[in-house]
Amino acid sequence: MDESDNRTFWEYLAYVSEHQSPLDFVLVWDHIDRFLWGTLLTLEITVIALILGGILSVPMAIARAYQHRWLNFPIWCFTYFFRGTPLLVQTYLVYYGLAQFDAVRESFLWDPILSSAWWCALIVFTLNTAGYTTEFLRGSIATTPSGEIEAARACGMSAWTTIRRIVLPSAFRRALPAYSNEVIFMLHSSVVLSTITLQDLLGAGRWLNGRYYLAYEGFVTAMLFYMVLVFIISRGFKFWEKHWLGHLRQREIEDEPVTLKAG
Amino acid sequence: MSIKKLLFMVVAFTLASAAAQAAPLRVGVEGAYPPFSWKEPDGTLKGFDIDVAYEVCKRLQRECVLVEQEWDGMIPALLSRKFDTIIASMSITEERKKKIDFTEKYYDTPPGIVAKKNAGFSQSNMAGKRLGVQRATTHQCTAEKMFPGAELVLYASQEEVFQDLASGRLDAQISDSLQASEGFLKQDMGKGFAFLGDMISDPGCQGVGAGFAVRKKDTLLRDAMSAIIKGMRDDGTYKILNDKYFEIDVYGK
Repeated sequence: MDESDNRTFWEYLAYVSEHQSPLDFVLVWDHIDRFLWGTLLTLEITVIALILGGILSVPMAIARAYQHRWLNFPIWCFTYFFRGTPLLVQTYLVYYGLAQFDAVRESFLWDPILSSAWWCALIVFTLNTAGYTTEFLRGSIATTPSGEIEAARACGMSAWTTIRRIVLPSAFRRALPAYSNEVIFMLHSSVVLSTITLQDLLGAGRWLNGRYYLAYEGFVTAMLFYMVLVFIISRGFKFWEKHWLGHLRQREIEDEPVTLKAG
Repeated sequence: MSIKKLLFMVVAFTLASAAAQAAPLRVGVEGAYPPFSWKEPDGTLKGFDIDVAYEVCKRLQRECVLVEQEWDGMIPALLSRKFDTIIASMSITEERKKKIDFTEKYYDTPPGIVAKKNAGFSQSNMAGKRLGVQRATTHQCTAEKMFPGAELVLYASQEEVFQDLASGRLDAQISDSLQASEGFLKQDMGKGFAFLGDMISDPGCQGVGAGFAVRKKDTLLRDAMSAIIKGMRDDGTYKILNDKYFEIDVYGK
């Protein structure tokens, strides 16, 4: 009897996967835990950066929208810098650039914060998303329908109460579609993590490629994971948009056209 | 022009260029691995690997086209015909031989670990230490096998590993001993660092020295280049190139 007949199904599958399949899926499956850990790191940094960046962006957007005398220009510079330069360059600048200076390496910030790739990434990602979010939130605040503000004044609301109770809730809702893009872009940009030694989702793929000298397996697997994540995020935002922007949807036209009778 | 005519011309051109020995040899190199290969500020490539590559082209009587490639994409790039051979200190290992083929070795030096002098730990005591290694090297394999307790930190190039070792982000790094000594320990950046313990012997991961890589079907090119390595050893050219960069004979036994 041929020796190959004694193989278990699993051994057979591993053989097909390595020698006949264009993609060695058994190898990927053997290391799927690395991809799951990678997903966790990708989500961890992306989500924390989005939350912190989002919180930072609200006061900055208000200052920009109302063109605050002292704050408007510095905040404009800040957003211009972070929106005008690639995230990869910003990350390299903080991770490799700052480490060149003895003063930085000897400062109190070095040991827990700047020496760690995780913190460097979080700082850069937070400021980057804050830059983008500030600008479209500013646009959203600035385009608040004047009628809503007049109505608030007429009810006797102060300027701050108007912002808090009328302008911001309305602006947040209208900024929601733009924000869903920002969240997805941020997830995509998080691949920068793997260039500064962090084992994110792409890092796991590059580890697999590097360890077994492969070209596709690691990337394709990482890609599938990203697609699933983006699918979940975009479904979530669809749901929220339906919920929060319901009042802006066009009403459905009734079946019977209304005919006006000449009186 | 008719399609037929066009097709004929394409076929004729392909055959003609395959036949012509003058077709340039495209060599994949890295350029971030001094003293084997590095890039001058003006963009020219220098180093032992580069000199060897030019010598090989000269003896094959083909023009040399050096193609720079990031390390972890080397083998995929060779397979997708971005270049015809890799001359970039690539170790000959069984795992790589599943994908590509190698000439005989052209040098063989052992890997070593570099850490701060008086680091306070030893090779047998690496658990929890941050150990830097270049991704997709034989050293990644060795590090995972021999130091499973260490926290492995992966980099795209060896220069980045040294940068982070010097800045204190890493406790240690593992790489080719000769490259570490020439490219780091003897440089300003490497002051205060030294080899940690003995050189490492790990034939399973490290293979039998570095060779030129070719696609599996290119046996003619492989054999021609193997003969060239032998020729260079015999006529003293190897020694001239070797002595330009190293104090010892890097060919090994």
